[in-house]
Amino acid sequence: MSHSSPAVERVAQFEVTYTQYLDPEGQPRAPLPDFAQDAEELRRMYRAMVQTRAFDKKAVVLQRTGRMGTYAACLGQEAIGTAIGCALRAEDIFIPAYREYAAQLLRGVRMRDILLNWGGDERGMHYEGCAIRHDFPLSVPIGSHVPQAIGVAYALKLRREPRVVLASCGDGATSKGDVYEAISSAKVWNLPLVFLISNNQWAISLPRGRQTGAQTLAQKAFAGGLPGEQVDGNDVIATRAVLAAAIERARSGGGPSLIEAITYRLHDHTTADDARRYRNEAEVQEAWQRCPVKRLKQHLEARGLLSASDEAALQQEASAFADQAAEEFLATPPASPAAMFDHLYAQLPKQYEWQRQEALARGLKPGH
Amino acid sequence: MPELNLIEAVNLALRSEMQRDAGVLVLGEDVGRNGGVFRATVGLLDAFGEERVIDTPLAETLIAAMAIGLATQGFKPVAEIQFSGFTYPCIDQIVNHAARYRHRTRSRLSCPMVLRAPNGGGIHAPEHHSESVEATFAHIPGLRVVAPSTPARAYGLLLAAIRDPDPVIFLEPTRLYRLFKQAVEDNGEALPLDTAFVEREGQDLTLVSWGAMMQDARAAADRLAEEGISVELIDVATIKPLDMDTILASVAKTGRCVIVQESPRAGGWASEIAANIAEHGLLNLFAPVLRVSGYDTIMPLARHEALYIPDTERILAEVRKVFEFAPKA
Ligand SMILES: [Mg+2]
Repeated sequence: MSHSSPAVERVAQFEVTYTQYLDPEGQPRAPLPDFAQDAEELRRMYRAMVQTRAFDKKAVVLQRTGRMGTYAACLGQEAIGTAIGCALRAEDIFIPAYREYAAQLLRGVRMRDILLNWGGDERGMHYEGCAIRHDFPLSVPIGSHVPQAIGVAYALKLRREPRVVLASCGDGATSKGDVYEAISSAKVWNLPLVFLISNNQWAISLPRGRQTGAQTLAQKAFAGGLPGEQVDGNDVIATRAVLAAAIERARSGGGPSLIEAITYRLHDHTTADDARRYRNEAEVQEAWQRCPVKRLKQHLEARGLLSASDEAALQQEASAFADQAAEEFLATPPASPAAMFDHLYAQLPKQYEWQRQEALARGLKPGH
Repeated sequence: MPELNLIEAVNLALRSEMQRDAGVLVLGEDVGRNGGVFRATVGLLDAFGEERVIDTPLAETLIAAMAIGLATQGFKPVAEIQFSGFTYPCIDQIVNHAARYRHRTRSRLSCPMVLRAPNGGGIHAPEHHSESVEATFAHIPGLRVVAPSTPARAYGLLLAAIRDPDPVIFLEPTRLYRLFKQAVEDNGEALPLDTAFVEREGQDLTLVSWGAMMQDARAAADRLAEEGISVELIDVATIKPLDMDTILASVAKTGRCVIVQESPRAGGWASEIAANIAEHGLLNLFAPVLRVSGYDTIMPLARHEALYIPDTERILAEVRKVFEFAPKA
């Protein structure tokens, strides 16, 4: 008898790519995609990023001055939201986590409404009068909105509608079973669906490296039979290009895919958090070198598409919009106390009517 | 009119509503080719195709989440969870999302879905297959919780649950699935939700129950009738929202009340009913309201489940306490 090795064959092979068009100084590393040849389109994207940053700053100020509740800033992540907002069509369905304000603003959600939500008013997610009213609201629980995208995308496919669902979540959410169940099942029905992971390196105090031993988050796609890739999430051109390819592949029947956008959370987790307790300030300063707004600005300047006066005008406009949104938010009177019952069911069961009446009466008393 | 058992009535309601409304979808583990582990969905795949009868991967969170996603897009998903003990992985989806999308978005999105599951013990199954979860869901604002106790009510209430514009947890009495048959007309007529059924009128005592325990309550009422005690028997049917008007009207007439539930005693729905009677019907009572319930322990495996689940004797014992306290005049 002789020793023989078992027959071992390679049955599957995976590779994760990382895409970048602009280096951190805004210099192109490759010929740019068509949309980035268009000066007007690039300026529109830059304007969205500048407005998002001004809005974000204003929201933090409102919280710090006691005029708004806890707020989750998107500082440093403006490129991802902008890329989503530009890559999706109006009829597509966006299922966000809670830091993609740029996408929401581009899709017609009003700054005032985002402030209303964080300011403690459910009407902030009603999107009254907005052009796009089929997107999902912000999702506060981590990752549990992601498997709902399976049902939404299944509905679109069942109706033979050429629409796509984009569900986003953070690096922390990828540790949750909900997200795995979604990734694992999406290909079963070849759904028109894109998963976007905004990997901002931190889940409150837990760094990315302690979330999982996986080398990349993109590779989680492979377990579900999906294409998965990384993109520089601070490079708005790369993020939009990669997203657009995934979205159009999904639209044309090519099925679901997953994108890990690498970015950095420059702010605390929320206004209730103090990242100095767990994060090295040198790391944050280093991350500022990769700021997505600065990168696109330098790129535009180098191409002669953004003058100093253009920049000043954009900044002024963005501040004015944010100020106006804050004023509108602060000037919005609270809803009737009955509002806590008025959208509980399509029609409030008579069993709960007395509670509604009591809340209404209490709301009329002084001090309420 | 066909005589159907309860599981056949569930199947008929699904088939009937899928025929009427192309937006009704069925999804869950083994619901397609296999027709469901209890055969609730048998024949639906052949009748309606695999787009509308969806065999899902083995992932309960996904099933609930998928139903939510479908419901937000205007479909009427009916998700099956194979046993109510496996609804626990769905709770995050149901509590944090299904019950809240309407509220969260001021009715911009809503969730007209049904989550069906067999509920309760008595079928000698492994652990986790015999739970009674109604009170867990009934605590959650924004949900409806329904528990039929006859084939005809299963048919009519399931139609109502599917047509309801908000999420409904539909808990079917596992051990009654094939226990008896009843004439069920496939007339497409829903029974009212949020409404208790006075199944039998009586003068001396109000006996309240729901789901599988109704069968023991019926037997107890029969025995008491032989002893000359006239029982008013109420099937709560919709656990949440609770129809206290019907129960209070009955207690005002009888002055005595016993409530029967299978689930653990503390924080069960019998407690909610008893508290409401104390608040709104105290002066009508001749005796304390008593509860018959499962024990505050883990649902035992098969060898002891008959000791855990209330039976006719335990119901009769509590009823006798009531009449000892306040004898019939
Ligand atoms: Mg994170």
